Amino acid sequence: MTLPDDRRYSREHEWIRPEDGEGVIGLTRFAVDELGDIVYVELPAVGVTLTQFASFGVVESVKAVSDLFAPVSGAVVAVNEELRTRPELLNSDPHDGGWICRIRVADPAELDALLEAPAYAELVGSE
Amino acid sequence: MTAADVRRTPLDAVHRALGARMVAFAGYEMPIRYTSELEEHRTVRSAVGLFDLSHMGEIGLAGPDALAFARFALVSDPGTLELGQAQYSMLCAPDGGVLDDVIVYRTDPGYLVVCNAANRDAVVSHLAALLAGAELDVEVEDRSDRTALIAPQGPRAAELLAGLTDVDPGAIGTYRSALGQVADVPCLVARTGYTGEDGFELFCAAQDAQRLWEAVFQAGGRFGLLPCGLASRDTLRLEAGMPLYGNELGRDVNPYEANLGRVVKLDKGDFVGRGALADIQRQGPRRRLVGLVMQDEGIARHGYPVVEAAGAGPPTDIGVVTSGSFSPTLGQRIAMALIRSDAAEIGRGAAVMIRDRPCRAEQVKLPFYRRPRPTEERTT
Repeated sequence: MTLPDDRRYSREHEWIRPEDGEGVIGLTRFAVDELGDIVYVELPAVGVTLTQFASFGVVESVKAVSDLFAPVSGAVVAVNEELRTRPELLNSDPHDGGWICRIRVADPAELDALLEAPAYAELVGSE
Repeated sequence: MTAADVRRTPLDAVHRALGARMVAFAGYEMPIRYTSELEEHRTVRSAVGLFDLSHMGEIGLAGPDALAFARFALVSDPGTLELGQAQYSMLCAPDGGVLDDVIVYRTDPGYLVVCNAANRDAVVSHLAALLAGAELDVEVEDRSDRTALIAPQGPRAAELLAGLTDVDPGAIGTYRSALGQVADVPCLVARTGYTGEDGFELFCAAQDAQRLWEAVFQAGGRFGLLPCGLASRDTLRLEAGMPLYGNELGRDVNPYEANLGRVVKLDKGDFVGRGALADIQRQGPRRRLVGLVMQDEGIARHGYPVVEAAGAGPPTDIGVVTSGSFSPTLGQRIAMALIRSDAAEIGRGAAVMIRDRPCRAEQVKLPFYRRPRPTEERTT
């Protein structure tokens, strides 16, 4: 699996790509492949504050319901509105067009608790 | 269950070679999907999909008293079956609860009962126990391990099979079957299925399964065939309003609650569960299976509570969701639910508690989907 190395990964299979004090959050290809066809995404509201490793939304595939966990803490500044009508973007383009939300990162030090691409690749390779 | 206990169908290697994602189901490892379950679902509705159902149980009833025994064990009346004909039926406990739902075929000789994989051992022991107390000359034979079942399902299934077999698939009526060769494999060719679409179920010997699958798969290419897994099978049957044991049916559900009263033949003579079922029929079931179409966001899932549509006070429980998913054909979120009879009414509102939030739904008539009538009706 080729994983972008411009971001960090959580053990719960979310990624976060840091951008000037903000961070774009999404689900990894491994996670969406496990879930199958995604048919519904419950997005957080803009302005809500996420807490690291706490649930902030839900994705539902045909067969499964899965919580989304925040890779780091921070306030939501934007959500991917396109997912409301095209949840399948999560399957087709999970690392880019299927991004979920953008947050203002509360504490950049929290990123240290996340995995770099090679470590995450090793984690999912063993699952 | 340890890894050594996992049962595999004779097509296990074929599924893996096709890149199927395998999951544990009823003691087996089964393909949940090959690529996309939505695409697999749509292919069955528009062309033809191929399912491996070799995990299902096949139980033969033979001997001079096979019919008498089948009539006693099942709630339907297999006595009305012509040779080759099939019937949807159930085995109930003395209290009317459903032990399994099955398809019974009249074969030559005897009867073939096709049961759910998860219930196979329980059904076999149940039948053996019934037989132990009866003076009947019947042999109950579990043929599941040596029988494979492959199901081409979809509007192009008959066309596909026609090129592979010496029987005329189009001439086999719905819920009828014929013995024949498919790709030189001896099969029971049945026009049955669990998708709401036209289609066939091919029963063959386990050692022939791979040859049969590959022949159907190859020939299916020009009909747009895709291999299909359990995920699409579940959404297909849900749209078609068909019950799944463990969801709509179970030991604590009776046939009348599941809208299957028409299957129960109370006037055929004594059978297991008759007394209790007659009482339920007379009094009316306390719960009913209804269809729900979600109006608010979110998907109602198995086990979610169903409550009265928005009232002033706290939500009043009226039932529980038995199955729910996104409907690929309708583009809506649908569910089936068992709800209190006095609250069950087509057109009436209800709400499903999704993650502690009441989400509005409308009660609708089942099934959600009915296949379009064939354009050319056969006269035979």
